[in-house]
Formats: sequence, C-alpha cells, structure tokens
Amino acid sequence: MSVYYTSTDHFVLLPALLLALFGCATLLFDFWVFPEAKHRRWLLIFLVLGEVFAGVAYFRQQMFLVSHGGDLSAFHGALVIDHYALFFHWIFLVTTLIVGLISYRYLEVRDEHHGEYYGLLMLAQCGMYFLASGTDLVTIFVGLETMAISFYILVGFLRSDQRSNEAALKYLLLGSFSSGFLAYGFSILYGIAGSTRLRDIAAAVSTRDAWNPILLLAMATTGVGLLFKISAAPFHMWAPDAYEGAPTTVTAFLAVGSKAASFALLLRVFIGPLGPARPSWEPLMIGAAILSMTIGNLAAVTQTNTKRLLAYSSINHAGYILLGLIAGNPTGIMGVLIYVLVYTFMNLGAFLVLTSLTRRGLAGEDINDLRGLMKKAPGHALAMLIFLVSLAGIPPTAGFLGKYFIFLSLVETGHYVLAVVGCAYVAVSIYYYFRMVKAVFVETGETDMPPLTVSFGTRVALGVTCLLTLGIGLYPEPFLRLAQLSISR
Amino acid sequence: MLAPITTGHYLVLSAALLLIGAVGILMRRNVVVIMMSIELILNAVNINLVAFDKYLHKLNGQIFAIFVITVAVAEAAVGLGILIALFRNKETVLVDEIDLLKW
Repeated sequence: MSVYYTSTDHFVLLPALLLALFGCATLLFDFWVFPEAKHRRWLLIFLVLGEVFAGVAYFRQQMFLVSHGGDLSAFHGALVIDHYALFFHWIFLVTTLIVGLISYRYLEVRDEHHGEYYGLLMLAQCGMYFLASGTDLVTIFVGLETMAISFYILVGFLRSDQRSNEAALKYLLLGSFSSGFLAYGFSILYGIAGSTRLRDIAAAVSTRDAWNPILLLAMATTGVGLLFKISAAPFHMWAPDAYEGAPTTVTAFLAVGSKAASFALLLRVFIGPLGPARPSWEPLMIGAAILSMTIGNLAAVTQTNTKRLLAYSSINHAGYILLGLIAGNPTGIMGVLIYVLVYTFMNLGAFLVLTSLTRRGLAGEDINDLRGLMKKAPGHALAMLIFLVSLAGIPPTAGFLGKYFIFLSLVETGHYVLAVVGCAYVAVSIYYYFRMVKAVFVETGETDMPPLTVSFGTRVALGVTCLLTLGIGLYPEPFLRLAQLSISR
Repeated sequence: MLAPITTGHYLVLSAALLLIGAVGILMRRNVVVIMMSIELILNAVNINLVAFDKYLHKLNGQIFAIFVITVAVAEAAVGLGILIALFRNKETVLVDEIDLLKW
C-alpha cells in the first residue's frame, strides 16, 4: 500500500467507511431493489447490519488499543483512535441503533419514506465519527457539516407538515450561521499555527499570551460556533423550535447524538489546542453555563409541549456539562463523559416513550397526552418515571451519578458558587419533570383514546435504555472505569 | 505610489465581510437574502485562509478553502430545497411570516 493510504489508515477509517457505504447503499436500495412498501423491513435490517459491521470494527480497534496501549493516529495525524474517541463512538452507535429501531413504526404512522431516513441516520453518524476522531481542522469541519446537513434534512423530513418545514429552515439558517463562525475561528487558528493539525496548533497557542487579540478572536468565534452546536444559552434559540417541529424520533437523535458529538469536539478543542488560553475562555464558558441553566430551567417551567419542554431541559443539561469543562480537572472531564453517557440513555428513553404516544391522527406531543398512561401502558409509565427521575438527577438513577461528578469536580477546584447555583437549579428542574410524572400517574385521560401499539423494536429499545439508566446508577464501576480509561493520555 | 496590500488588509476585509454577513442574517427578512449572508461569512473564511497561505507560503489553507466552498454549496442546496418545501405549504419566504413555532 502507498504512503497515502496505509493499512493503519484503513484500520482507523474502516467504521466511517462502512457507515458511509451502508448509508449510501440504503439510499440506492430504497430506489432500485426495495421500492415496494412490503419490503421496507429490509431497509431497517440494512441499518442494523451496517451498525453491526461498524460495531465489529470499533471492537477490533478497542481490542488493539487495550493490547498495545497508546493511541492510533492515521492520515499523518488527521484522524486518531484513542479511548476517548471510542467512548463517543460507542455512544453514537447505540444511539443510531435505538433511533433506527423506534423509527420504523413512527414512519409507518406518518406515511413517510424509510430508505432515505435510515440512510441519513447512518450518514449523520459518519459525520459524528469525524467529530470525535478528527484531529485536523479540515477533517473536523467536513465531519461537522456532514452531520449537520444530514440533520437539516432529517428535521424537515415530514415534507407536508408546515411545522417540520419551519423547524428545518430555522435550524438550517442558525446552524449554518454557527458553522460559518466556527470556520472563521478555524481559519484564524490556521493563521496562528500555520498548520491545520490540532497538535501543531496546541504548540503554537501555548507560546502566546492568553489575552493575545488574534488568539482571543479565534477563541471567541470558535467558542460561539461550538456553543451554538451544543445549544447552550445564549445561542440556544434554534433548539426549542427544531426539537418541536422535527419528527419525534429525529428530535431524540438530535438531542442525544448531535449534542454528544458536539461535546466530543468541544472537549477536544478546548482542552487540547485552546487549553493554554484557559484564562480567556473560562469567563465565556462560565457565562454560557449559568445562562443555560437559568434559561433552560425557567423556560421549561411554562411549556405545555413535551418536546419543547425536553428541549429546554436539554439546554439546562448542556449548562451542567459545561460546568465539568470549567472545572477542567480529571474528575471534571470524567464527569463530562459520564454525564454525556448517562444523558444519552435517559433522554433517548424519554423521547422513546413520547414516540410511542404518536398514533394515527394524534401527535402525542402535548403534556396532556401523557394523562392516564399508567392505566393504558403501565410498563411505559414506569419507564417514563425512571427516565424523568434520572433527568432530574435523583439517586439511585444514573442522572445522579453524572451530576455528582460534575459537582465534585467544582468543589475540588474551588468553584463553590457555581456548585451552589447548579444545586439550586436541580430543585427547579424537579418541578417541571414531576409535572410530567403527575400527568402520567395522577391525572386521568379520556378513555376513548386509541391504545398504544408497541413494536418489537420499541420494546427492545425501551428495555435497553431503562436497564442502562438504572444500571449505571446502581452499579457504576464498569462505566467509571471506561470513562477513566478514556481520559488517561 | 500606493502602499502594497498586506495580509493585514485581507484580514480587515474578511472581518468586514464576517460582520456584514452576521448583520445581514440578523436583520434581513427574506430567507434567500439570509442564505446569501451565510455565503458571505463562508467567503470571509476563504479570504482568511488564502491570505494566510500567501503569507506563510503554504497550501493547506487553500485546500481547506476548497472544502469550505464545497460545504457552502451543499448547505445552499439543502437550504433551498427546504425553502421550496416550505414555500409549497406556506407561500412565503419572509422569516417574520414563518411563525408557527415561537422563535
């Protein structure tokens, strides 16, 4: 093999290649091989197959890292596979798989195309691969846009629904605005270092003063672009609209996958190359974290649409995760990883229950649609209770564990005020999560509502998310070890 | 005799383009004009990259610029597609009339 594409390069890139290949193949198969409705099942099987192949590739990479130690760098340092990247790759894989499984019935109910949907899910995941593994500005930017553009289309997937159109348009306009800012920041970073590799940029940045105006400009534009992507206030305006208008399954994917990927990138950029400039970006992050918690919590209190409520709750969670970055010590970074992992499962689970509320002629998005769920589907109701308790951060669920490490790191680094503010907002968040709990258990709904139809895929997905949300809370050791491994360099 | 154009001039130009683009996105009502403003921002990035390349005598930035152009085109294509889907249902391209979801 040539020096341009070595076997190491292939080994590192393989999962992304497989995802792109299966994604494109699903698009084509939908068109040529399985155009009839009765063959739709095969398209979902294709997605599962693609994920299984990618999973095997990730597993082989993980085994290699465990046996050889260190990390694998490919394409002259443009891509890297380390435990940190793999931690996120597994999250993306499980997320895509679960979203795919719960989407089948949702798409049937909404009379939408299947092939394009599954294809775009895999292409978005391919973009996420480059966000977590990219160590070169060009690679990162292209990966980010691959993910973002797939998401724009997915959000607007219900073409005949005005709300979906509108959500897609708003998401696209604000998303590309933020991508533009991010790219501007990247171009300045390139100018500072004369190289697009994160490693070289880190070396160049460390020789400069943190308050150097050019570096400040690069930091500010990159920071604003990334804060947009993680939907932290005051750059959160797109999130509630995009979450509300998008198909519920896509909202789940957006809230979990896109956010986890953006956090993977945020940590890589701000701990790595911009790490030496910490004094200048710390105030920005503190401001964003406090604003996110404030706006997320206060706006969520008045919402009646469950998807919008969870959107504000996700803004709130973004604030908490940022606190881990602000603390910045190993406990804090580990807290961020644990929080992202935990957030993935509890949020996926909550959206999953909302998705199964969607029936023909009923959107199932109002908080009143949750009424009487306990009578109709006790399994779903109990699962929803677990997810909401976990989102509020009450032990023994996993949500508590995420918050515990974040607060621990804040106390360790002496950010007492932030820790107190964070704790106070937990109390506020309990109010609106328990409004949903009350609707599920206490209030009674109309009795003539059509019953829930639950597919096999949804059952599996519900079981997995429920088990992990409780499991990580009750028996955290293996997950803590995994997170610890990911931050050891 | 005019002073030669330096990297600093290019950076000022690109900063101005970024500002014009940002103001355009925030102030204009027409979605098509907003998309043009986004193109302005991405072109500010390209000017930056090429100016730095000229200064540093390198090629990486120009390759980055080609990728930025490609991404801009993909984004515009998807954006116009979404806009047409919206226009079919709603018959407007003005952002203040697209108000089904609270901003």
